[in-house]
Amino acid sequence: MSRLLQYLLRRTPVGWLQLVHNRMRLIAAVAGIAFANLLVLVQLGVVASLSSVTQLTFTPFATDIVISPPRPQFLNGEMISRRLMYSAIADPAVAEATPLYVDTIEWKRTDGSSTTLVVYGLPPEADAFAGEAIGAQLELLAAAKHVLLDRAIPDVGLDFGTDVVEHLSPDQPLQFEIGGHSVSAVGAFELGSGFDTAGAMIVSDQTFQQLFPERTAGTPSHILLRLKPNQEPAAVAGRIGDRLISERVQVRTNAQAIADDVSYMNDEASLGIIFGMGVFIGILVGLVIVYQVLSADVAAHMKEYATFRAMGYSHRFLLGIVFEEAMIIALLGFLPGVLFGSATYQVMSMQTGLPIAMSVERALAILLGTIVACTLSGALATFRLRRAEPAELFS
Amino acid sequence: MTTAAIPPVELENVNHWFGSGESRVQVIFNASLSIERGSLTVLRGPSGSGKTTLLTLMSSLRKVQDGSVRLLGQELCGASQKSQQRLRRRLGFIFQAHNLHESLTARQNTLMGLQVHGPSGDVAKRDAATVHILESLGLGQRIDYLPGQLSGGQKQRVAIARALVSNPEIVFADEPTAALDRDAGLLVVQMLKALGQSRGMSTVMVTHDTRIVALADRVVTIEDGKLLQV
Repeated sequence: MSRLLQYLLRRTPVGWLQLVHNRMRLIAAVAGIAFANLLVLVQLGVVASLSSVTQLTFTPFATDIVISPPRPQFLNGEMISRRLMYSAIADPAVAEATPLYVDTIEWKRTDGSSTTLVVYGLPPEADAFAGEAIGAQLELLAAAKHVLLDRAIPDVGLDFGTDVVEHLSPDQPLQFEIGGHSVSAVGAFELGSGFDTAGAMIVSDQTFQQLFPERTAGTPSHILLRLKPNQEPAAVAGRIGDRLISERVQVRTNAQAIADDVSYMNDEASLGIIFGMGVFIGILVGLVIVYQVLSADVAAHMKEYATFRAMGYSHRFLLGIVFEEAMIIALLGFLPGVLFGSATYQVMSMQTGLPIAMSVERALAILLGTIVACTLSGALATFRLRRAEPAELFS
Repeated sequence: MTTAAIPPVELENVNHWFGSGESRVQVIFNASLSIERGSLTVLRGPSGSGKTTLLTLMSSLRKVQDGSVRLLGQELCGASQKSQQRLRRRLGFIFQAHNLHESLTARQNTLMGLQVHGPSGDVAKRDAATVHILESLGLGQRIDYLPGQLSGGQKQRVAIARALVSNPEIVFADEPTAALDRDAGLLVVQMLKALGQSRGMSTVMVTHDTRIVALADRVVTIEDGKLLQV
């Protein structure tokens, strides 16, 4: 390592030699950086899963345009009038339209626990709106109280065995109680947990009315539109939006609706703000740790630095030593930080069912952030170098 | 005047103060002195007499407040930090407390005296020069030892090697033989004298060691900030 650094720096790697000379200080510094990395990674993981979960809520459906209530969030509990669907379908670019009903339901499990599921209701004939996850299963919902069950619900097989859920079909339906109703699961799909729901269930619009008698067919949660071939969704959304300008609705392309939801969750929803602050505080803690480490190191070597200045070394050379140390600590701290971060993600994902995983992009962002933080802390620590007064050496 | 004829160090009416306002105290009074090329000059005087201050003024480690200090032909009064820093690369410093870098080996510490001139040059040649000077100071078996593994005298010899490895034009030394035994101390002073004779290297040394005073070409006595015997 020493020879490699000597070759790269074209001088004695004083910073590296200083660090390895005091092993305990180096271990403490690396542990500090690793801890700061872990802190930021956990917060970033939660923020990222917030985005993933938000995007997941859209994935069961294939749609070009979404007409939604004015309040952000796909699962906001608000409703719009179904008559808007007829105004929208009057547009020559629209091929099909369907109402989508969304609500949540409690699922009491045999072990006494309770799980909240999000329930999507849409007409069984609206197969054009079935996303990849649903496939051709919508028509199975034509019979009353037939449902498609999310196999990614944590402990989904608690009551009847995971194998049963894996092999659900109209020939092997699964009867269970939910929200005081007896339903038959005739198929499965995969969605996963949200922050306040453990998974999802898809039902027909008729079954939805039975599960939620207070909801009426005339007030869906959203209206989904599919366009004819070669139509520009943004232009059509703008045109329909203009036509519905007097209504309290927003007409957006599917991509825009997802982006708006993600942006709302990250920037306005309390959860996003809290974890966003967590990321900021994590970075701040990291900065303080690195500053303390480098600052203490500079103080410990003040006499040596003053000697270098007396010998004719420039201030830039001394800064180079501090930055050399900062870079080494950043790199050495990054590796255990990312390893512990990945392990923590796995534990969090297993415990919550949330889609939390390490990505190469996030790891690289952390590495870059760590290098920037270390450089910044190093720059702050070098203020102490000004006290390295060579005249004081002769005393 | 040719370059060889220019005295390496010249002081003219130098005054120096510490502190400010009412607590301002004058520590050097109207000092004038010229150091000859290749000479061994000893600065002596009681503790607090100002000899160290004078040493730091003439070695460009301290800002000249009043008077003129010419080092290697360059005026230090009003000189920029950059030019003083460049000038110091032509000097050698030996500190009483050796001030070695604890995490660098004897070889690496000594090499720092050469690397100050930049990364250019033959690495093998530099390494050979480093090894040669350490061997000539009796440290051939301790080249890759850290200062913590060396005795006080060995550390001081590494500090001397670091000061001399780059062939400085002047060496400024503060009690360089204090940590050395009689033989080692004499060896170092003889080495400095020999370098003065062979290469014209001047040495300005603060010392109380009477053995060294006896070997000096010139002894300058300072008391209460005034040069008494020049």
